Amino acid sequence: MQSWSSRIGVILAVTGSAVGLGNFLRFPGLVAEHGGAFIIPYAIAFLVIGMPIAWMEWTMGRAGGARGTAAVPGVMRVLGGRRIYGYLGALAPAIPVFLCGFYLFVEAWCLAYAWKYLVGTAPGAADALPSFLAWIGAKEAHGHLWLHGSADLWTCTVIVVALNLLIIWYGVAKGIERACTWGMPLLLAIALVMLVRVLTLEPVEGRSVIQGLAAMWEPRDLAGKLADGKVWLDATGQIFFTLSVGIGTITTYAAYMKRDDDVALSGLTAASGNEFCEVALGGMIAVPAVFVFLGSAYAQYTGSSIAMGFFALPGVFEHMPGGRAFGFLFFLLLFLAAVTSSISMLQPSMSFFEEALGWSRRRAVALLAVVVLAGLACVLWASQGTVAIDTINFWAGTLGIAVVALVTTLVFAFAWGVGPGMAELRRGAEIALPPGLGLCMRWLTPAVLALIIGWFLWGELSSLRAGSGVIHALLRDRGAQLAVGWMLATFALYLWIARRGMPRWDAIAEGRP
Amino acid sequence: MSAAGWITMLAAIGGATMLFAWCLWRVLRTPGATEHLHSQADIDPEDRRTP
Repeated sequence: MQSWSSRIGVILAVTGSAVGLGNFLRFPGLVAEHGGAFIIPYAIAFLVIGMPIAWMEWTMGRAGGARGTAAVPGVMRVLGGRRIYGYLGALAPAIPVFLCGFYLFVEAWCLAYAWKYLVGTAPGAADALPSFLAWIGAKEAHGHLWLHGSADLWTCTVIVVALNLLIIWYGVAKGIERACTWGMPLLLAIALVMLVRVLTLEPVEGRSVIQGLAAMWEPRDLAGKLADGKVWLDATGQIFFTLSVGIGTITTYAAYMKRDDDVALSGLTAASGNEFCEVALGGMIAVPAVFVFLGSAYAQYTGSSIAMGFFALPGVFEHMPGGRAFGFLFFLLLFLAAVTSSISMLQPSMSFFEEALGWSRRRAVALLAVVVLAGLACVLWASQGTVAIDTINFWAGTLGIAVVALVTTLVFAFAWGVGPGMAELRRGAEIALPPGLGLCMRWLTPAVLALIIGWFLWGELSSLRAGSGVIHALLRDRGAQLAVGWMLATFALYLWIARRGMPRWDAIAEGRP
Repeated sequence: MSAAGWITMLAAIGGATMLFAWCLWRVLRTPGATEHLHSQADIDPEDRRTP
């Protein structure tokens, strides 16, 4: 009989890894942008797309590992049976590297805010928004941060980059992640205290918390929102981002599991813990708070969706006893959660480089450092309006992830086959899987994904003709062009590396030694 | 907030909380949970494999 503490330890390990920036920063920004109607496509995306694909990735990763490959392109090639799936799979390790281009910068914000709370220089509710936007260079021309960025921002950025590279260079990521397994419950406890404080806030200039909750949950313009392809793509992208689906990390880590380890309950517990943190804590804290402090005008200030928490949360800390200490702890723990996420986001590329090129780990780290630093340089240069962050967040964090998820679904459901796939998923499963899951994975999930991607592209082409939209912005802004250029160059490199690894994966697929 | 807003909020928060609580209950009653359940945090991708 196992001890109670060891089972609690499993729960902390499985759910703790799910908490990150997506819960407290990205989700609130999207809800603020789209309103309560966003929850409907978000819930559908979780049930029909997110959870089925998470299970597919756990299953394919474990099956690939049993055959001798942990690189996502290798898993796709071996299970899919054709080289084309290997090349398409090269997008999977590339996407999290694209995201790291700005994720490391956001990590630096968390570290800097922890420092600001420690030394007592954190902004209050009144000046949180303007001081934050000026601090990250969003109000200045491109290139401003390179020449005139604040010392604390630069210092924290350098520390974050060095810390990430040193952790993967010396191979101590597991120690950091285990420490965070026990740090995350503390983060959740602080979030619960903040939630209580937000729900008991006094009205500011006539704006109450109930009105803030209405701003978040009221399904205004329901028909219009449900007919908007971008809302569905944003909901799907957030589900992918927060569940770490479509970026190759689950597949890569699952490749190192034992053959009979459970993937069904493990995957569902991690996903449900994440959803609880996101919907019941992250969203409930930031959106009502920012409404109370900024009023209905908050929507026009959201700017970068991931930035919203940085001008919403200081207001909460200012209005709670011991706010400075809570602020310090909250941003420090959020920083640690972000570090574990960025380390795991780099792992798919590490496994890919080592396996495809036959390189040592440190040689792979050196190449990865060059790629990530180039992206970070783009993000720091194109700071005006956070255009580089929003461009990468959209093309990689929303559209790119959806494309990888579609490729994963096609490999699992058609190339490998739902029959073998479901048999592999049931192997060692600690729960009975929902009836009809196989049918959902084969037909509903890829159909909905393809529909959303197609719907979005049609809408963007229409917007382009009208002189608006993300493609239009890409054609006009040099910062957006720089960010997309970096992503295209990186993907070309990844395709070349996949070509180098193909003979090894061909041999595994064909059963040759 | 309208009735539709309250229903949306309670359904979303209640649904997420109930699903998570059910998963925790299943983990606690699973024999051998420490050996068979995993997350990225406790899977070792052989970080120290090569110098």
